[in-house]
Amino acid sequence: MLDWRWDFTLDILPRLLVATGNTLLAAGLGYAIAIVLGLVLALAQRTPSRAFTMIVREMVEFIRSTPLVLQIFFVFYVAPQFGIRLSPWTAGMIAIGLHYAAYLSEVYRGGLDSVPKGQWEAATSLNLSTARTYFRVIIPQAMPPSLAGMGNYLVGILKDTPMLSVIGVAELMHTANAIGSETYRFLEPYTMVGVIFLALSLPTAAAIRLFEAWLRRKLGMI
Amino acid sequence: MSYLEFLSQYGDRILSGTLVTIVLTILSALLAMAIALAAGLMRMSRNFFVRAGATVYIEIFRGTSLLVQLYWIFFVLPLFGITLEKFTAGFVAVGMNLGAYGAELVRGAILSVPKGQWEAAQAINMTPTKRMLRIILPQALLIMLPSWGNLLIELLKGTALVALIAVADLMFQVKQINGTTFMSAESFGTALVIYYILARFMITPFMRWLERFMQRKLGRA
Amino acid sequence: MRENDLTGYPPKLEGPDRPMVRFANVTKSYGSLTVLDSLDLDVAEGEMVTIIGPSGSGKTTVLRMLMTLETINGGVIYVDGDPLTHMPQGDRLVPANRRHVRQIRSKIGMCFQQFNLFPHMTALENCMEGPVHVLGMPKKDAQERAEELLAMVGMADKRDQHPSRLSGGQQQRVAIARALAMRPKVMLFDEVTSALDPEVIGEVTNVIRKLVSEHNLTMLMVTHQMGFARDISDRICFFYGGRIEEQGTPDELFNHPQKERTQQFLRAVKEAV
Repeated sequence: MLDWRWDFTLDILPRLLVATGNTLLAAGLGYAIAIVLGLVLALAQRTPSRAFTMIVREMVEFIRSTPLVLQIFFVFYVAPQFGIRLSPWTAGMIAIGLHYAAYLSEVYRGGLDSVPKGQWEAATSLNLSTARTYFRVIIPQAMPPSLAGMGNYLVGILKDTPMLSVIGVAELMHTANAIGSETYRFLEPYTMVGVIFLALSLPTAAAIRLFEAWLRRKLGMI
Repeated sequence: MSYLEFLSQYGDRILSGTLVTIVLTILSALLAMAIALAAGLMRMSRNFFVRAGATVYIEIFRGTSLLVQLYWIFFVLPLFGITLEKFTAGFVAVGMNLGAYGAELVRGAILSVPKGQWEAAQAINMTPTKRMLRIILPQALLIMLPSWGNLLIELLKGTALVALIAVADLMFQVKQINGTTFMSAESFGTALVIYYILARFMITPFMRWLERFMQRKLGRA
Repeated sequence: MRENDLTGYPPKLEGPDRPMVRFANVTKSYGSLTVLDSLDLDVAEGEMVTIIGPSGSGKTTVLRMLMTLETINGGVIYVDGDPLTHMPQGDRLVPANRRHVRQIRSKIGMCFQQFNLFPHMTALENCMEGPVHVLGMPKKDAQERAEELLAMVGMADKRDQHPSRLSGGQQQRVAIARALAMRPKVMLFDEVTSALDPEVIGEVTNVIRKLVSEHNLTMLMVTHQMGFARDISDRICFFYGGRIEEQGTPDELFNHPQKERTQQFLRAVKEAV
């Protein structure tokens, strides 16, 4: 019953590998945006203004509880309505970066809250400025407890990149679709996409666990 | 066309899409819970093969994308002689994917039931099955309910992908409407708001209620 | 705070006799609970004042207000002649802005019960952080000064260790060096030996003794070590219920307490030992 063709698999492999490069690039870029923007969203919820905090909180909730694929469409199609033409890559990176920024902001929030109050008091007693206190004292200590969550979302963003295919970003899924519609063979391309994702995400998850353990030792924490 | 005109013209389609999304969410949630319970318990079996089977399932479905799984189930499974209608393929894919995540929740919750409870059940000479069903699982359920709230929202979001195999859910409808009207902000924006309302004002309050209900039932409130 | 609360307070304390620290009619409350009730307390330059009292008497709050870790609900705190909690505007006082607080606060250093060293920095880095990034000292000078101070507290050989590798007594000594590195005029010690094992309390109290005898720092200390307080203090304040119940020299307060509550407290402490 199984009509698996190895020669065909070998034929399409180079195309799939090139697309894998794009998948990794998309995940990396999106994650870089999310890491920075997520921190901004987390810090924005710590301002003295309660109203501002509430607005940012609700915005994060909104992004977290609506489908990424819909957000991708939204960014890609709505921006031109306002005269901004975005390439699929740009729109995709904005959408996926923002989506994961919302998730990461929650991770950071937990990390920031876990820093003992005494650290703030020590920083005050040394007269450190608020910015200095955040960047030298609080954020470095908020990072190690955030790493597990950050790692999970790195794997998460990698697995969500196939959604970028819907607006034509030439990553793995998009390429597999193209191969399928050219050759009418779906078994090999879709199966290979699955295998490649497994080959990427399982070692990444394992590496993240090792990195986390190493960093904790390195920072002289438990 | 004003937004009100847009709504009066396309409201019906948006509403029917929303209903499809709700039905899909309920069906895949039921499937995900069943799979999560089975795979979670299998993960803790003493039998190596049972354990390995569950582990492979969980790792495959957590290690690849929902979209890949959906396409595989819809386009590749027929080659094995299993043809699922697109609606079925849709909720099966979402249910199997989220079920794998749920399995880890089940396992984690069972492991965090205090050891004394296991010992107490043994002390009154319960069989392992009875112990699991009557003593451990009810307590585990209470522990994992909050995480299931988040998982159900992920599941709701996941159902949006079935639009890509042409199931006429909310996502699909607004995509079609956008294609004919080019009113992207109105169509996609409306869908975003509806998904948000479903998640934040239906799933979340329901799970909160369920938590309180279970707590009362288990005498913890 | 209403502005007319502030009419009686001078915008600046002047003259050779002005105190290094003055609490003028300071009140602190959380909702309906009054922690400190119209506190008046002067600490002269170079003076070592120890605050004792039962828990909940507001003694730690005194130090925390001075370090601006707590806001105050009434009165004014002066440091080295300038108001800390307020700032002059014309001939009146108005609540201080952040810049003013930072400027006046730079004269105060503090050591905490839980040390509060920065765990991701070595002992040396802990002592250099403030001088380099707040005082703007060149790195080389800051390091020299930090090394001197670590040597003074007997921690020179541990300068490259992270706090997690140090004992409680060692961490507290680093914390003292870190506070001194900012060249404060006033040092605050908030129950610095309370979190320590009994056998290492001595290494911390010895450092403080050395500070008292060799430096002209103004110090305010909250402690449960009565013997230590008696040895090194110029003055002891006994706090009860948010007010100073009695104060005097160690001899006066420990040997000839006048108030009933003071006598009760000292008896209870003696029995506990």
